Amino acid sequence: MPATAHIDFIVAAYAAGLIVIVALIAWVTLDYRLQRRILAELERQGLSRRSTTLRDASQAVREDV
Amino acid sequence: MRVAELANPSRFLRAANLAIPWLGGATVLLFAFALYRAMLAPDDYQQGATVKIMFLHVPSAWLGMLCWALMTVAALGTLVWRHPLADVAAKAAAPLGAAFTLLCLVTGSLWGRPEWGTYWVWDARLTSELILFLLYLSVIALWRTVEDASRAARAVAILTIVGAIDLPIIKFSVDWWNTLHQGASVFRLGGSTIHPAILVPLLLMAAAFTLLFMTLLLAATRNEILRRRVRTLRLLQASAAG
Amino acid sequence: MSPLAALLLRDMRIAVRVGGGALIGVLFFLAVVSVTPFAVGPDLALLKRIGPAILWLAALLASLLALDRLFASDHEDGSLDLILTGRAPLELVVAAKGIAHWLTTALPLVVAAPLIALLLDLDGSAEAGLVLTLLVGTPALTFIGLIGAAIAVTLRRGGLLLAIIVLPLTVPVLIFGVAAANAAIAGPVPFGTPFTVLCALTLASLVIGPFAAAAALRLDME
Repeated sequence: MPATAHIDFIVAAYAAGLIVIVALIAWVTLDYRLQRRILAELERQGLSRRSTTLRDASQAVREDV
Repeated sequence: MRVAELANPSRFLRAANLAIPWLGGATVLLFAFALYRAMLAPDDYQQGATVKIMFLHVPSAWLGMLCWALMTVAALGTLVWRHPLADVAAKAAAPLGAAFTLLCLVTGSLWGRPEWGTYWVWDARLTSELILFLLYLSVIALWRTVEDASRAARAVAILTIVGAIDLPIIKFSVDWWNTLHQGASVFRLGGSTIHPAILVPLLLMAAAFTLLFMTLLLAATRNEILRRRVRTLRLLQASAAG
Repeated sequence: MSPLAALLLRDMRIAVRVGGGALIGVLFFLAVVSVTPFAVGPDLALLKRIGPAILWLAALLASLLALDRLFASDHEDGSLDLILTGRAPLELVVAAKGIAHWLTTALPLVVAAPLIALLLDLDGSAEAGLVLTLLVGTPALTFIGLIGAAIAVTLRRGGLLLAIIVLPLTVPVLIFGVAAANAAIAGPVPFGTPFTVLCALTLASLVIGPFAAAAALRLDME
Protein backbone atom coordinates (compact mmCIF):
# COMPACT_ATOMS: atom_id res chain seq x y z
CA MET A 1 0.00 0.00 0.00
CA PRO A 2 1.60 3.27 -1.07
CA ALA A 3 -0.33 5.36 1.43
CA THR A 4 1.35 3.76 4.41
CA ALA A 5 4.65 2.95 2.74
CA HIS A 6 6.49 5.80 4.36
CA ILE A 7 4.36 6.25 7.42
CA ASP A 8 7.45 6.05 9.65
CA PHE A 9 8.96 9.11 7.99
CA ILE A 10 5.74 11.07 8.30
CA VAL A 11 5.46 10.14 11.97
CA ALA A 12 9.10 11.05 12.50
CA ALA A 13 8.61 14.43 10.84
CA TYR A 14 5.56 15.25 12.93
CA ALA A 15 7.38 14.03 16.04
CA ALA A 16 10.26 16.36 15.19
CA GLY A 17 7.79 19.21 14.78
CA LEU A 18 6.22 18.37 18.13
CA ILE A 19 9.61 18.19 19.84
CA VAL A 20 10.76 21.56 18.46
CA ILE A 21 7.50 23.30 19.34
CA VAL A 22 7.27 21.76 22.82
CA ALA A 23 10.92 22.65 23.44
CA LEU A 24 10.29 26.27 22.43
CA ILE A 25 7.19 26.52 24.61
CA ALA A 26 9.02 24.91 27.53
CA TRP A 27 11.99 27.25 27.08
CA VAL A 28 9.78 30.33 27.02
CA THR A 29 7.64 29.23 29.97
CA LEU A 30 10.43 28.04 32.22
CA ASP A 31 12.50 31.11 31.45
CA TYR A 32 9.53 33.31 32.34
CA ARG A 33 9.06 31.55 35.68
CA LEU A 34 12.76 31.76 36.43
CA GLN A 35 12.98 35.49 35.70
CA ARG A 36 9.82 36.19 37.70
CA ARG A 37 11.18 34.24 40.65
CA ILE A 38 14.50 36.08 40.60
CA LEU A 39 12.72 39.42 40.30
CA ALA A 40 10.43 38.61 43.22
CA GLU A 41 13.40 37.59 45.29
CA LEU A 42 15.29 40.76 44.46
CA GLU A 43 12.26 42.86 45.31
CA ARG A 44 11.88 41.05 48.62
CA GLN A 45 15.41 42.15 49.41
CA GLY A 46 14.13 45.69 49.17
CA LEU A 47 15.32 46.51 45.71
CA SER A 48 12.91 48.26 43.42
CA ARG A 49 13.21 50.10 40.19
CA ARG A 50 10.64 52.62 41.34
CA SER A 51 12.16 54.19 44.44
CA THR A 52 13.75 57.56 43.85
CA THR A 53 17.04 56.96 45.60
CA LEU A 54 17.54 53.77 43.71
CA ARG A 55 16.62 55.41 40.44
CA ASP A 56 19.50 57.80 41.00
CA ALA A 57 21.67 54.82 41.75
CA SER A 58 20.41 53.06 38.65
CA GLN A 59 21.30 56.10 36.60
CA ALA A 60 24.77 55.95 38.10
CA VAL A 61 25.01 52.28 37.31
CA ARG A 62 23.97 52.84 33.74
CA GLU A 63 26.66 55.43 33.32
CA ASP A 64 29.17 52.99 34.74
CA VAL A 65 28.25 50.31 32.30
CA MET B 1 6.04 61.37 22.52
CA ARG B 2 4.23 58.49 20.95
CA VAL B 3 7.40 56.64 20.06
CA ALA B 4 8.64 56.90 23.61
CA GLU B 5 5.36 55.48 24.87
CA LEU B 6 5.54 52.53 22.51
CA ALA B 7 9.08 51.95 23.56
CA ASN B 8 8.22 51.88 27.22
CA PRO B 9 8.98 48.33 28.38
CA SER B 10 6.46 48.43 31.23
CA ARG B 11 3.72 49.33 28.79
CA PHE B 12 4.89 46.52 26.52
CA LEU B 13 4.88 44.06 29.41
CA ARG B 14 1.31 44.97 30.29
CA ALA B 15 0.18 44.56 26.68
CA ALA B 16 2.08 41.28 26.36
CA ASN B 17 0.61 39.87 29.56
CA LEU B 18 -2.82 40.64 28.18
CA ALA B 19 -2.20 39.34 24.67
CA ILE B 20 -0.25 36.13 25.29
CA PRO B 21 -3.11 33.99 26.71
CA TRP B 22 -5.46 35.03 23.89
CA LEU B 23 -2.85 34.51 21.20
CA GLY B 24 -1.94 31.16 22.73
CA GLY B 25 -5.57 30.07 22.75
CA ALA B 26 -6.06 31.17 19.16
CA THR B 27 -2.92 29.30 18.17
CA VAL B 28 -4.17 26.06 19.71
CA LEU B 29 -7.55 26.37 18.00
CA LEU B 30 -6.06 27.20 14.62
CA PHE B 31 -3.57 24.36 14.92
CA ALA B 32 -6.35 21.91 15.76
CA PHE B 33 -8.34 22.98 12.72
CA ALA B 34 -5.32 23.08 10.40
CA LEU B 35 -4.11 19.64 11.51
CA TYR B 36 -7.61 18.24 11.00
CA ARG B 37 -7.72 19.63 7.47
CA ALA B 38 -4.17 18.41 6.85
CA MET B 39 -5.18 14.91 7.91
CA LEU B 40 -8.07 14.94 5.45
CA ALA B 41 -5.90 16.20 2.62
CA PRO B 42 -5.54 13.73 -0.25
CA ASP B 43 -2.24 12.06 -1.04
CA ASP B 44 -0.14 13.35 -3.87
CA TYR B 45 -0.38 11.13 -6.93
CA GLN B 46 3.39 10.94 -7.21
CA GLN B 47 4.59 11.14 -3.66
CA GLY B 48 1.79 9.41 -1.80
CA ALA B 49 1.33 10.21 1.86
CA THR B 50 4.76 11.78 2.35
CA VAL B 51 3.36 14.98 0.93
CA LYS B 52 1.91 15.48 4.42
CA ILE B 53 5.40 16.37 5.60
CA MET B 54 5.04 19.47 3.47
CA PHE B 55 2.49 20.82 5.95
CA LEU B 56 5.36 21.13 8.45
CA HIS B 57 8.20 21.74 6.07
CA VAL B 58 6.88 24.71 4.12
CA PRO B 59 5.51 26.70 7.09
CA SER B 60 8.77 26.31 9.00
CA ALA B 61 10.74 27.44 5.96
CA TRP B 62 8.43 30.43 5.69
CA LEU B 63 8.94 31.28 9.37
CA GLY B 64 12.69 30.93 9.04
CA MET B 65 12.61 33.68 6.41
CA LEU B 66 9.94 35.79 8.12
CA CYS B 67 12.00 35.78 11.29
CA TRP B 68 15.08 37.13 9.52
CA ALA B 69 12.92 39.83 7.91
CA LEU B 70 11.59 40.82 11.33
CA MET B 71 15.11 40.84 12.73
CA THR B 72 16.13 43.15 9.89
CA VAL B 73 13.34 45.56 10.74
CA ALA B 74 14.39 45.36 14.38
CA ALA B 75 18.00 45.96 13.34
CA LEU B 76 16.95 49.17 11.59
CA GLY B 77 15.03 50.05 14.74
CA THR B 78 18.19 49.55 16.77
CA LEU B 79 20.56 51.44 14.48
CA VAL B 80 18.36 54.24 13.20
CA TRP B 81 15.83 54.97 15.92
CA ARG B 82 17.66 53.44 18.88
CA HIS B 83 14.37 51.84 19.82
CA PRO B 84 14.95 49.94 23.08
CA LEU B 85 12.33 47.31 22.31
CA ALA B 86 14.00 46.53 18.97
CA ASP B 87 17.12 45.11 20.68
CA VAL B 88 15.06 42.95 22.95
CA ALA B 89 12.77 41.63 20.22
CA ALA B 90 15.71 40.88 17.91
CA LYS B 91 17.45 38.94 20.65
CA ALA B 92 14.30 36.97 21.42
CA ALA B 93 13.67 36.25 17.74
CA ALA B 94 17.04 34.69 16.85
CA PRO B 95 16.61 31.34 18.69
CA LEU B 96 13.06 31.06 17.36
CA GLY B 97 14.24 31.56 13.80
CA ALA B 98 17.01 29.04 14.32
CA ALA B 99 14.57 26.50 15.75
CA PHE B 100 12.13 26.80 12.86
CA THR B 101 14.92 26.65 10.30
CA LEU B 102 16.21 23.52 12.01
CA LEU B 103 12.70 22.04 11.87
CA CYS B 104 12.60 22.87 8.17
CA LEU B 105 15.89 21.05 7.63
CA VAL B 106 14.86 18.01 9.68
CA THR B 107 11.48 17.64 8.00
CA GLY B 108 13.10 18.29 4.64
CA SER B 109 15.54 15.45 5.08
CA LEU B 110 12.83 13.15 6.44
CA TRP B 111 10.86 13.98 3.32
CA GLY B 112 13.91 13.45 1.17
CA ARG B 113 14.67 9.95 2.41
CA PRO B 114 11.61 8.31 0.81
CA GLU B 115 11.59 10.66 -2.18
CA TRP B 116 15.25 10.79 -3.08
CA GLY B 117 16.53 7.74 -1.24
CA THR B 118 18.84 9.80 0.94
CA TYR B 119 18.47 12.06 3.96
CA TRP B 120 20.38 14.87 2.43
CA VAL B 121 20.51 16.14 -1.09
CA TRP B 122 22.33 19.34 -1.98
CA ASP B 123 19.04 20.57 -3.30
CA ALA B 124 18.94 24.32 -3.82
CA ARG B 125 16.23 24.98 -1.26
CA LEU B 126 17.70 22.74 1.43
CA THR B 127 21.13 24.24 0.87
CA SER B 128 19.91 27.83 1.17
CA GLU B 129 18.06 26.82 4.28
CA LEU B 130 21.26 25.31 5.70
CA ILE B 131 23.13 28.56 5.11
CA LEU B 132 20.27 30.46 6.73
CA PHE B 133 20.58 28.15 9.73
CA LEU B 134 24.33 28.87 9.92
CA LEU B 135 23.60 32.59 9.81
CA TYR B 136 21.13 32.25 12.69
CA LEU B 137 23.75 30.36 14.67
CA SER B 138 26.33 33.06 14.01
CA VAL B 139 23.89 35.72 15.19
CA ILE B 140 23.21 33.74 18.36
CA ALA B 141 26.95 33.23 18.85
CA LEU B 142 27.47 36.98 18.52
CA TRP B 143 24.74 37.68 21.08
CA ARG B 144 26.46 35.31 23.46
CA THR B 145 29.96 36.68 22.91
CA VAL B 146 29.46 40.39 23.52
CA GLU B 147 28.79 41.01 27.19
CA ASP B 148 27.29 44.49 27.05
CA ALA B 149 23.71 44.10 25.84
CA SER B 150 23.33 47.32 23.86
CA ARG B 151 26.70 46.95 22.16
CA ALA B 152 25.80 43.35 21.28
CA ALA B 153 22.50 44.60 19.89
CA ARG B 154 24.23 46.99 17.52
CA ALA B 155 26.84 44.48 16.38
CA VAL B 156 24.07 41.95 15.74
CA ALA B 157 22.04 44.60 13.94
CA ILE B 158 24.85 45.20 11.46
CA LEU B 159 25.31 41.48 10.91
CA THR B 160 21.55 41.05 10.45
CA ILE B 161 21.36 43.76 7.80
CA VAL B 162 24.41 42.42 5.96
CA GLY B 163 22.79 39.00 6.13
CA ALA B 164 19.55 40.39 4.75
CA ILE B 165 21.46 41.82 1.78
CA ASP B 166 23.42 38.62 1.29
CA LEU B 167 20.58 36.13 1.72
CA PRO B 168 18.93 36.75 -1.68
CA ILE B 169 22.39 36.60 -3.29
CA ILE B 170 23.07 33.31 -1.52
CA LYS B 171 19.69 32.01 -2.64
CA PHE B 172 20.40 32.99 -6.24
CA SER B 173 23.93 31.57 -6.15
CA VAL B 174 22.80 28.29 -4.67
CA ASP B 175 20.03 27.96 -7.26
CA TRP B 176 22.51 28.59 -10.03
CA TRP B 177 25.07 26.23 -8.52
CA ASN B 178 22.43 23.58 -8.06
CA THR B 179 21.10 23.68 -11.61
CA LEU B 180 24.68 23.58 -12.84
CA HIS B 181 25.39 20.43 -10.89
CA GLN B 182 22.12 18.60 -11.06
CA GLY B 183 20.55 19.41 -14.35
CA ALA B 184 16.81 19.32 -13.96
CA SER B 185 15.03 20.19 -10.74
CA VAL B 186 14.96 17.26 -8.35
CA PHE B 187 11.47 17.44 -7.14
CA ARG B 188 8.22 19.16 -7.82
CA LEU B 189 5.08 19.37 -5.81
CA GLY B 190 2.95 17.20 -8.06
CA GLY B 191 3.23 19.45 -11.07
CA SER B 192 3.50 23.18 -11.40
CA THR B 193 0.41 24.09 -9.41
CA ILE B 194 -0.73 22.82 -6.06
CA HIS B 195 -4.20 21.40 -5.87
CA PRO B 196 -6.58 23.39 -3.61
CA ALA B 197 -7.19 20.27 -1.51
CA ILE B 198 -3.55 20.49 -0.48
CA LEU B 199 -3.13 24.25 -0.73
CA VAL B 200 -5.88 25.12 1.76
CA PRO B 201 -4.50 22.97 4.61
CA LEU B 202 -1.02 24.24 3.75
CA LEU B 203 -2.13 27.85 4.12
CA LEU B 204 -3.97 27.00 7.33
CA MET B 205 -0.85 25.36 8.73
CA ALA B 206 1.22 28.36 7.68
CA ALA B 207 -1.21 30.65 9.49
CA ALA B 208 -1.14 28.46 12.59
CA PHE B 209 2.66 28.39 12.57
CA THR B 210 2.79 32.17 12.15
CA LEU B 211 0.43 32.67 15.07
CA LEU B 212 2.54 30.29 17.16
CA PHE B 213 5.64 32.22 16.19
CA MET B 214 4.08 35.55 17.15
CA THR B 215 3.00 34.17 20.53
CA LEU B 216 6.43 32.73 21.19
CA LEU B 217 8.13 35.92 20.07
CA LEU B 218 5.97 38.01 22.38
CA ALA B 219 6.65 35.67 25.30
CA ALA B 220 10.39 35.50 24.59
CA THR B 221 10.55 39.29 24.32
CA ARG B 222 8.79 39.55 27.67
CA ASN B 223 11.37 37.18 29.17
CA GLU B 224 14.18 39.24 27.74
CA ILE B 225 12.81 42.43 29.30
CA LEU B 226 12.54 40.70 32.65
CA ARG B 227 16.07 39.38 32.26
CA ARG B 228 17.35 42.90 31.72
CA ARG B 229 15.47 44.12 34.78
CA VAL B 230 17.08 41.38 36.80
CA ARG B 231 20.45 42.47 35.51
CA THR B 232 19.82 46.10 36.36
CA LEU B 233 18.67 45.20 39.87
CA ARG B 234 21.70 42.98 40.37
CA LEU B 235 23.99 45.80 39.30
CA LEU B 236 22.14 48.08 41.72
CA GLN B 237 22.57 45.55 44.45
CA ALA B 238 26.24 45.26 43.70
CA SER B 239 26.74 49.01 43.66
CA ALA B 240 24.80 49.36 46.92
CA ALA B 241 26.93 46.67 48.52
CA GLY B 242 30.19 48.06 47.22
CA MET C 1 50.34 62.90 0.85
CA SER C 2 46.68 62.43 1.60
CA PRO C 3 45.77 60.75 4.89
CA LEU C 4 44.34 57.76 3.05
CA ALA C 5 47.48 57.17 1.04
CA ALA C 6 49.52 57.54 4.21
CA LEU C 7 47.38 54.96 5.96
CA LEU C 8 47.64 52.59 3.01
CA LEU C 9 51.43 52.84 3.01
CA ARG C 10 51.61 52.50 6.77
CA ASP C 11 49.47 49.36 6.80
CA MET C 12 51.52 47.82 4.03
CA ARG C 13 54.77 48.65 5.79
CA ILE C 14 53.50 47.12 9.01
CA ALA C 15 52.38 44.02 7.15
CA VAL C 16 55.69 43.33 5.41
CA ARG C 17 58.04 44.13 8.28
CA VAL C 18 59.23 41.49 10.76
CA GLY C 19 56.26 40.29 12.78
CA GLY C 20 53.78 41.63 10.25
CA GLY C 21 52.90 38.23 8.92
CA ALA C 22 52.01 39.12 5.35
CA LEU C 23 53.74 36.09 3.88
CA ILE C 24 52.40 33.68 6.47
CA GLY C 25 49.18 33.62 4.45
CA VAL C 26 51.04 32.25 1.45
CA LEU C 27 52.71 29.60 3.59
CA PHE C 28 49.32 28.63 4.99
CA PHE C 29 47.94 28.46 1.45
CA LEU C 30 50.80 26.20 0.39
CA ALA C 31 50.40 24.04 3.50
CA VAL C 32 46.66 23.51 3.01
CA VAL C 33 47.07 22.64 -0.66
CA SER C 34 49.92 20.23 0.08
CA VAL C 35 48.02 18.47 2.83
CA THR C 36 44.84 17.93 0.79
CA PRO C 37 46.24 15.10 -1.42
CA PHE C 38 47.00 13.16 1.75
CA ALA C 39 43.30 13.28 2.54
CA VAL C 40 41.88 12.61 -0.93
CA GLY C 41 44.67 10.43 -2.35
CA PRO C 42 47.39 11.06 -4.94
CA ASP C 43 45.16 10.42 -7.96
CA LEU C 44 46.13 13.25 -10.30
CA ALA C 45 42.94 13.04 -12.35
CA LEU C 46 40.86 13.56 -9.22
CA LEU C 47 43.15 16.30 -7.94
CA LYS C 48 42.92 18.07 -11.26
CA ARG C 49 39.14 17.89 -11.11
CA ILE C 50 38.86 19.30 -7.61
CA GLY C 51 41.96 21.49 -7.89
CA PRO C 52 40.13 24.82 -8.29
CA ALA C 53 37.96 23.96 -5.30
CA ILE C 54 41.01 23.15 -3.17
CA LEU C 55 42.78 26.36 -4.13
CA TRP C 56 39.68 28.46 -3.52
CA LEU C 57 39.05 26.87 -0.14
CA ALA C 58 42.68 27.40 0.82
CA ALA C 59 42.48 31.04 -0.27
CA LEU C 60 39.27 31.52 1.72
CA LEU C 61 40.81 30.03 4.86
CA ALA C 62 44.04 31.97 4.42
CA SER C 63 42.22 35.27 4.10
CA LEU C 64 40.09 34.46 7.17
CA LEU C 65 43.21 33.64 9.14
CA ALA C 66 44.79 36.98 8.36
CA LEU C 67 41.66 39.08 8.89
CA ASP C 68 41.70 38.48 12.60
CA ARG C 69 44.42 41.10 13.14
CA LEU C 70 43.13 43.67 10.67
CA PHE C 71 41.60 46.00 13.24
CA ALA C 72 42.54 44.21 16.45
CA SER C 73 46.20 45.30 16.44
CA ASP C 74 45.21 48.92 15.74
CA HIS C 75 42.73 48.67 18.56
CA GLU C 76 45.37 47.37 20.96
CA ASP C 77 47.97 50.04 20.30
CA GLY C 78 45.40 52.82 20.27
CA SER C 79 45.86 53.91 16.68
CA LEU C 80 42.28 52.92 15.89
CA ASP C 81 41.06 55.65 18.24
CA LEU C 82 43.25 58.14 16.43
CA ILE C 83 41.87 57.00 13.09
CA LEU C 84 38.31 57.30 14.36
CA THR C 85 38.83 60.84 15.58
CA GLY C 86 40.59 61.83 12.35
CA ARG C 87 38.97 63.94 9.69
CA ALA C 88 39.06 61.34 6.91
CA PRO C 89 35.69 59.61 6.37
CA LEU C 90 35.76 56.31 8.22
CA GLU C 91 34.29 54.39 5.28
CA LEU C 92 37.21 55.44 3.08
CA VAL C 93 39.69 54.72 5.85
CA VAL C 94 38.28 51.23 6.22
CA ALA C 95 38.40 50.76 2.46
CA ALA C 96 42.05 51.88 2.44
CA LYS C 97 42.87 49.39 5.16
CA GLY C 98 41.04 46.72 3.22
CA ILE C 99 43.03 47.47 0.08
CA ALA C 100 46.30 47.43 2.01
CA HIS C 101 45.29 44.11 3.51
CA TRP C 102 44.40 42.67 0.14
CA LEU C 103 47.68 43.87 -1.40
CA THR C 104 49.76 42.31 1.36
CA THR C 105 47.92 39.06 2.04
CA ALA C 106 45.67 38.14 -0.89
CA LEU C 107 47.78 39.37 -3.79
CA PRO C 108 50.74 37.14 -2.78
CA LEU C 109 48.30 34.21 -2.83
CA VAL C 110 47.25 35.09 -6.35
CA VAL C 111 50.89 35.36 -7.40
CA ALA C 112 51.76 32.05 -5.78
CA ALA C 113 48.68 30.26 -7.10
CA PRO C 114 50.13 29.31 -10.53
CA LEU C 115 53.07 27.58 -8.89
CA ILE C 116 50.94 25.83 -6.32
CA ALA C 117 48.39 24.84 -8.97
CA LEU C 118 51.10 22.81 -10.69
CA LEU C 119 50.97 20.45 -7.70
CA LEU C 120 47.38 19.69 -8.64
CA ASP C 121 48.14 19.06 -12.30
CA LEU C 122 46.58 22.30 -13.45
CA ASP C 123 48.36 24.09 -16.25
CA GLY C 124 47.96 26.31 -19.28
CA SER C 125 44.57 27.89 -19.76
CA ALA C 126 43.17 26.17 -16.67
CA GLU C 127 45.79 27.90 -14.59
CA ALA C 128 45.19 31.25 -16.23
CA GLY C 129 41.47 30.99 -15.59
CA LEU C 130 42.01 29.98 -11.99
CA VAL C 131 44.42 32.83 -11.31
CA LEU C 132 42.05 35.30 -12.92
CA THR C 133 39.16 34.17 -10.71
CA LEU C 134 41.34 34.41 -7.62
CA LEU C 135 42.51 37.87 -8.64
CA VAL C 136 38.95 39.09 -9.09
CA GLY C 137 37.35 37.10 -6.27
CA THR C 138 39.73 37.58 -3.35
CA PRO C 139 38.89 41.30 -2.92
CA ALA C 140 35.32 40.18 -2.22
CA LEU C 141 36.59 37.81 0.47
CA THR C 142 38.68 40.59 2.02
CA PHE C 143 35.88 43.14 1.98
CA ILE C 144 33.24 40.77 3.33
CA GLY C 145 35.77 39.80 5.95
CA LEU C 146 36.24 43.46 6.86
CA ILE C 147 32.72 43.44 8.31
CA GLY C 148 33.44 40.44 10.50
CA ALA C 149 36.80 41.89 11.56
CA ALA C 150 35.15 45.17 12.56
CA ILE C 151 32.40 43.40 14.50
CA ALA C 152 34.85 41.13 16.30
CA VAL C 153 37.52 43.75 16.98
CA THR C 154 37.01 44.09 20.72
CA LEU C 155 36.06 40.50 21.40
CA ARG C 156 38.29 38.05 23.18
CA ARG C 157 37.35 35.12 21.01
CA GLY C 158 37.28 37.32 17.95
CA GLY C 159 39.13 34.99 15.60
CA LEU C 160 36.75 32.07 15.92
CA LEU C 161 33.67 34.24 15.86
CA LEU C 162 35.02 36.02 12.79
CA ALA C 163 35.16 32.74 10.89
CA ILE C 164 31.65 31.79 11.98
CA ILE C 165 30.27 35.15 10.88
CA VAL C 166 32.14 35.46 7.61
CA LEU C 167 31.99 31.93 6.18
CA PRO C 168 28.24 31.77 5.44
CA LEU C 169 28.38 35.22 3.85
CA THR C 170 31.11 34.15 1.45
CA VAL C 171 29.11 31.28 -0.04
CA PRO C 172 28.21 33.16 -3.26
CA VAL C 173 31.83 34.18 -3.87
CA LEU C 174 32.98 30.61 -3.39
CA ILE C 175 30.28 29.24 -5.69
CA PHE C 176 30.99 31.61 -8.55
CA GLY C 177 34.75 31.64 -8.06
CA VAL C 178 35.03 27.88 -8.27
CA ALA C 179 32.41 27.70 -11.03
CA ALA C 180 34.32 30.20 -13.17
CA ALA C 181 37.59 28.37 -12.57
CA ASN C 182 35.97 25.05 -13.48
CA ALA C 183 34.39 26.60 -16.54
CA ALA C 184 37.84 27.66 -17.69
CA ILE C 185 38.99 24.05 -17.40
CA ALA C 186 36.15 21.87 -18.58
CA GLY C 187 32.89 23.73 -19.06
CA PRO C 188 29.95 23.07 -19.36
CA VAL C 189 29.07 26.74 -18.99
CA PRO C 190 31.09 29.43 -20.74
CA PHE C 191 33.71 31.11 -18.56
CA GLY C 192 32.10 34.52 -18.93
CA THR C 193 28.83 33.77 -17.15
CA PRO C 194 30.08 32.88 -13.67
CA PHE C 195 33.04 35.21 -14.05
CA THR C 196 30.81 38.23 -14.66
CA VAL C 197 28.74 37.37 -11.61
CA LEU C 198 31.95 37.02 -9.61
CA CYS C 199 32.95 40.52 -10.72
CA ALA C 200 29.54 41.81 -9.69
CA LEU C 201 29.86 40.19 -6.26
CA THR C 202 33.26 41.78 -5.78
CA LEU C 203 31.98 45.22 -6.76
CA ALA C 204 29.00 44.89 -4.42
CA SER C 205 31.19 43.82 -1.52
CA LEU C 206 33.58 46.72 -2.22
CA VAL C 207 30.65 49.01 -1.49
CA ILE C 208 28.84 47.17 1.29
CA GLY C 209 31.95 46.06 3.18
CA PRO C 210 33.39 49.47 4.08
CA PHE C 211 30.01 50.90 5.06
CA ALA C 212 29.09 48.02 7.34
CA ALA C 213 32.58 47.77 8.78
CA ALA C 214 32.70 51.51 9.49
CA ALA C 215 29.32 51.33 11.23
CA ALA C 216 30.54 48.41 13.33
CA LEU C 217 33.76 50.23 14.27
CA ARG C 218 31.89 53.35 15.32
CA LEU C 219 29.69 51.45 17.70
CA ASP C 220 32.59 49.40 19.00
CA MET C 221 34.35 52.56 20.04
CA GLU C 222 31.38 54.37 21.54
